[in-house]
Amino acid sequence: MSASLTSLLKSREAILVAVIALVMVLISTRFPGFVALSNLVSVFNDTSPLILLALGQMVVILTRCIDLSVAANLALTGMVCAMLNVAYPDLPIVVSLVLAVFLGGVMGAFNGILVWKLGIPPIVVTLGTMTIYRGIIFLLSDGSWVNSHEMSAHFTGFPRQVILGLPVLSWIAIVMAGVMVLVMTRTALGRSFYAVGGNPHAAVYTGIDVGKTQFIAFVISGMLAGLAGYLWIARYAVAYVDIAGGFELDVVAACVIGGISIAGGLGTVGGAVLGALFLGVIKNALPVIDVSPFWQLAISGAAIILAVTFNTRADRTKGRVILKSAEQAQ
Amino acid sequence: MAETPDGAQERPVLALDRIVKEFPGVRALDGVELELHPGEVTALIGENGAGKSTVVKILTGIYQPDGGQILIDGQPTAFPTAQAAADAGVTAIHQETVLFDELSVAENIFIGHAPRTRFGMIDRAGMKRRAGEILASIGAEIDPGVRLRDLGIASRHLVAIARALSIDARVVIMDEPTAALSQKEIEELYELVDTLKAQGKAILFISHKFDEIFRIADRYTVFRDGQFVGAGLMRDTDEGALVQMMVGRSVDQIFPKRESLLGVELLKVVGYSHPTEFEDINFTLRRGEILGFYGLVGAGRSEFMQSLIGITKPSKGVVRLEDRIKIIRSPADAIDAGIVYVPEDRGRQGAILDLPIFQNVTLPSLGQTSKHGFTQLAEEFALARKYTQRLDLRAASLDTHVGSLSGGNQQKVVIAKWLATRPKVIILDEPTKGIDIGSKAAVHDFMSELAAEGLSVIMVSSEIPEIMGMADRVIVMREGRIAAELEGDALTPETLVRHAAGIGLKEDAA
Repeated sequence: MSASLTSLLKSREAILVAVIALVMVLISTRFPGFVALSNLVSVFNDTSPLILLALGQMVVILTRCIDLSVAANLALTGMVCAMLNVAYPDLPIVVSLVLAVFLGGVMGAFNGILVWKLGIPPIVVTLGTMTIYRGIIFLLSDGSWVNSHEMSAHFTGFPRQVILGLPVLSWIAIVMAGVMVLVMTRTALGRSFYAVGGNPHAAVYTGIDVGKTQFIAFVISGMLAGLAGYLWIARYAVAYVDIAGGFELDVVAACVIGGISIAGGLGTVGGAVLGALFLGVIKNALPVIDVSPFWQLAISGAAIILAVTFNTRADRTKGRVILKSAEQAQ
Repeated sequence: MAETPDGAQERPVLALDRIVKEFPGVRALDGVELELHPGEVTALIGENGAGKSTVVKILTGIYQPDGGQILIDGQPTAFPTAQAAADAGVTAIHQETVLFDELSVAENIFIGHAPRTRFGMIDRAGMKRRAGEILASIGAEIDPGVRLRDLGIASRHLVAIARALSIDARVVIMDEPTAALSQKEIEELYELVDTLKAQGKAILFISHKFDEIFRIADRYTVFRDGQFVGAGLMRDTDEGALVQMMVGRSVDQIFPKRESLLGVELLKVVGYSHPTEFEDINFTLRRGEILGFYGLVGAGRSEFMQSLIGITKPSKGVVRLEDRIKIIRSPADAIDAGIVYVPEDRGRQGAILDLPIFQNVTLPSLGQTSKHGFTQLAEEFALARKYTQRLDLRAASLDTHVGSLSGGNQQKVVIAKWLATRPKVIILDEPTKGIDIGSKAAVHDFMSELAAEGLSVIMVSSEIPEIMGMADRVIVMREGRIAAELEGDALTPETLVRHAAGIGLKEDAA
């Protein structure tokens, strides 16, 4: 009974891999170039910012919260990095990276403090900070753009440098996914995210501070959003107020499709990454086969509903198992 | 056909005939009888776990009996849904009254059966007028237009009662209605009960307080361990006889025999108080001792334990462990000090159902299984295996999700989790509540073993046989204070009940 349950959870990721593979096979029948290695590398690279944000969002959702401010965080951090680069073109990349992570972390901490200390529902907090962070970009930039010719070459070149056939942007996504796997499966902190989401009351008795754990989740989400902020504006070599507008919904969608339970406590790094990749493949594949962008939205939406339906069905199976074991005990 | 207090013969409006209700491994009701007569108050009396709340749930259509009959006016009937019970005129006013804060008093009274206008819309004016009439009939001065959240607890009770009357109830069930009321509010409630009696309602009154049972009830029915013990007229009985019926004769459950090898004093709690829940709790605990905490529901036992482990803050008081003052501000501090708490409500407070067994067990002990900040899976499995084997936990694998285990096995996982932290004091809150008899015996055996190994156990229990069979010494709490500390010959089922219920020992000794 346990084996089937575990395999079911594992197969949730297996099914996602199969679906992604199926989409790629279907596309390749009409456009073989799509599955060429070079194109797959570019699809992965395109999806890397989404992967970074989904990793952070996953942690937040695991603790029964949600972070709608990630895209605004990304845009604000990106704008600050870009303006700093314009002012001090020779600043080393390391400084930009550290600043981006720090600034993103501070914005995440602000969300986290409001949730932890004031007990405001996360959806309200981050809906508010989402607008605040966007507003700050406007105040900083006066609504004007920072364009590629204003940025220095090493600043925009860093995410595009190719190492072992993959751009640095992709490598960063891979390394962060690896770090998150380690954190989530092998540390007390990672375990406490699952405990807080799975049963906050039990977590309290186990000596886990629920609010503090949620705070840390927001900080992690913010740091990853900040990191993605620098990488995003450097890669596209442009920064403006509305950058990545609406991207937070893609991020939440990636998590939900990846099997992260919106009720908290259930989900894996692998699921978040696969959810992001699924959206990335759809987004890149549909234009190739001449499908209108409106269909892209519809397909993403359908995928979300399918994923949630699948998750609830999986949960229902679990309920039946409980009844069955109760019957056996009788 | 029972005799009424007035000597007339009258048929009960509602009767239960040999009702049986079974849960996995437990027979909650075993052929119980109950008769409710129009214009009379019947008190349902019994210890915690006697089956009172199960009866209420059967009467209100929430549970279906596995055997026996429900009779209304002598006719067999069934309550397949809560609505069916309401349609038959049975209504319950619960301990925590179920009402809607944001709706008006009138809307609360009429929700689900509001009067309609000709066009099928809710007749707001008519509803408000009718609500006012009903409230006036029970002497409640409440404006039917105000929002419920603006009312105090006593007024909310009145609204709940008005709601019961609005559906033309014939049977009103009051489950511990005075638990949260002040003395003045209680007097008002008594008057209201008299009003309901005068209107010919049959009232089932569930209470632990003997003074109010004698004040208000016409009849009594006593349950013990899911069985019907006796019924009769209040005027033919006294406190002593009722207590005798409640606790029964001998303790026929088998508990592990053990030699008490009491060691030195380990824990000393002095003057522990809380602004609202308990006051001036003092006791000591020796190494290898099992200390029982007995009391009625709401006596403040769990609240005190939660404060002791840092979930809530005490207003004053000192904890000394091994002769050193321990400051416990959070559950993490308590775990570090070696005091752990296995909560009563496994589902809510105990296990994390989505995590596998081994991760549940190691959750508070990840420090033990970690190297350089990373937990080692092999060591986690070893730790989990060690403690689950000790508890004889049978599961396919330690990877099994706790949600798929039976209640007894979930309890074992929670206990294993706490033992793995190598505590000095383990607090078990209702350790065998709701688990099957086999698992109960295993938990009892295990408790004895722990004590024999020098661990000190605090056992909060409402089951008299368990307290009598397991504890070396018992502290009885009543209304947030220690009512008595009993051991040896002074520890009998009767003394426990009397101290817990606050019945004078001297006057009834005769």
